Amino acid sequence: MGPEVVGDLNFSIAPQSFQFLTGPSGAGKTTLMRLMLLALRPTRGTVHVFGRDSASLSKDDLTALRRRIGVVFQDFRLLDHLTTYENVALPLRAMGREETGYRAEVVELLRWVGLGDRMNAPPPVLSGGEKQRAAIARALIVRPELLLADEPTGNVDPGLARRLLRLFVELHRLGTAVVIATHDLQLMDQFGFARRLVVGDGRLTIFDGSAL
Amino acid sequence: MNEPIVDPLLAAEPDSTFGNDSQLIPRDSVAGRALVVVIAIMTFLACLTAGAALLVADASRVWRSDVLRDATIQVKPGSGQDIDALVAKAVSIASKAKGVESAHAYSKAESERLLEPWLGNGLDLSQLPIPQLIVVRLGGQRAEDLAALRSALASAVPEANLDDHRIWAERIGTMADAVVVVAAALFALMILAMGTAIGFATRGAMAGNREIVEVLHLVGASDKFIAGEFETHFRRLGLRGSLIGGLAAMGFFAAASLLSFWWARSPGGDEIAAMFGSFALGPYGYIALTAVCAAVTLLTGLLSREIVLRHLQTLL
Repeated sequence: MGPEVVGDLNFSIAPQSFQFLTGPSGAGKTTLMRLMLLALRPTRGTVHVFGRDSASLSKDDLTALRRRIGVVFQDFRLLDHLTTYENVALPLRAMGREETGYRAEVVELLRWVGLGDRMNAPPPVLSGGEKQRAAIARALIVRPELLLADEPTGNVDPGLARRLLRLFVELHRLGTAVVIATHDLQLMDQFGFARRLVVGDGRLTIFDGSAL
Repeated sequence: MNEPIVDPLLAAEPDSTFGNDSQLIPRDSVAGRALVVVIAIMTFLACLTAGAALLVADASRVWRSDVLRDATIQVKPGSGQDIDALVAKAVSIASKAKGVESAHAYSKAESERLLEPWLGNGLDLSQLPIPQLIVVRLGGQRAEDLAALRSALASAVPEANLDDHRIWAERIGTMADAVVVVAAALFALMILAMGTAIGFATRGAMAGNREIVEVLHLVGASDKFIAGEFETHFRRLGLRGSLIGGLAAMGFFAAASLLSFWWARSPGGDEIAAMFGSFALGPYGYIALTAVCAAVTLLTGLLSREIVLRHLQTLL
């Protein structure tokens, strides 16, 4: 077992809340995101997700809880052999829903994120910003109760970064708890209402934001 | 950076659907094509083995049926006895016996022709103590009829000996059964080898598509769903490989059947026909080969599903 990346942390993500998770590179932001996503087990301590102790979850429970969480990966993780439409629809397909039942929903979301004319394009021909929006659309399509976004603005220019952030704020207004991992201080300053979870030296410091 | 303005009226519609052709596991890969080739070769060999076993089993049935439909009476001449009178008496008794269709004594010329390959031309059989043969055609193969005939011959013509070919038929049957058992063992080994190849290919595909498996997991796909996707992927590969191998084997047997028909008119064709019949598998044979192909396809899908499920159990 290697050294602990983070330890002695105690925090909770309230429903319908909005927060940034920040800190220097290598501080443990991605590790914390993976713990919240149930992709990693803590070596000690407990992680409760939607009131359930992650240590006691069966495989079926894990799957059911993950369906309530939307995730945007730093490197997008779109499947290159599928079209943008198919990538965005992937979580719904994984739930076993029929394509005829969600087609309109996916098309509408793709248009909302500005990818209405790129539905049939595979990810390798999309620009960085388009990939980012496709990854966000895939996370949003299940209308998650919790959205985890790891450096969602890391690969885009400041203008697009602000636009994407406004997308997350809109989602938050609609009732989703949002956690965005970033080390972009300027961006965080533009959204002062958000709570900040600052991780560094294996510890966590929490700064409450101003009222929205 | 200015993002392109999208006019909803001009927006494209998705032209792909998951319900039709979209596969989550990429269809064409070097490993996939290699597996198709391996499955095609193994299916071809498995079908050849199965077909050969069926041919031998069929031929054996015909041999046994033919051999047991005949019995032979040997009349050994004693000193000073009229062999022709003994033969005529034995033929008369055999012809009247229950269960006998006909009894036919080999003439001198027929006996000479029979012995010609061993003793040469121009032989005078009267100088040698050669037994006279009577071929008895049986209507059925009932042991009590043969026992009654044997008893009648023993009392009326003690020089006559009835051979019902049972020992010979049993030897042929044992040999044919051994061939079928060996073919079944070879078939089982090929299926085992194919299963091993499928196992390696599945694990290779899992490793090659680790990213896809992880993404599927994290977007809420269950193990069952992911295993189902791999099963569909490998079942398609299995279907393609087994069709190629199975059709090649069917083509082989069809061509062999035509060739044996042609050989039957050539010298030596009789021996081949006696050994393997006409090489014609018949409808049941082709149904059996189709069943082999279907089994290979199902095996490929189910085996890969099982391997994927076991692997996923080890992941969080």
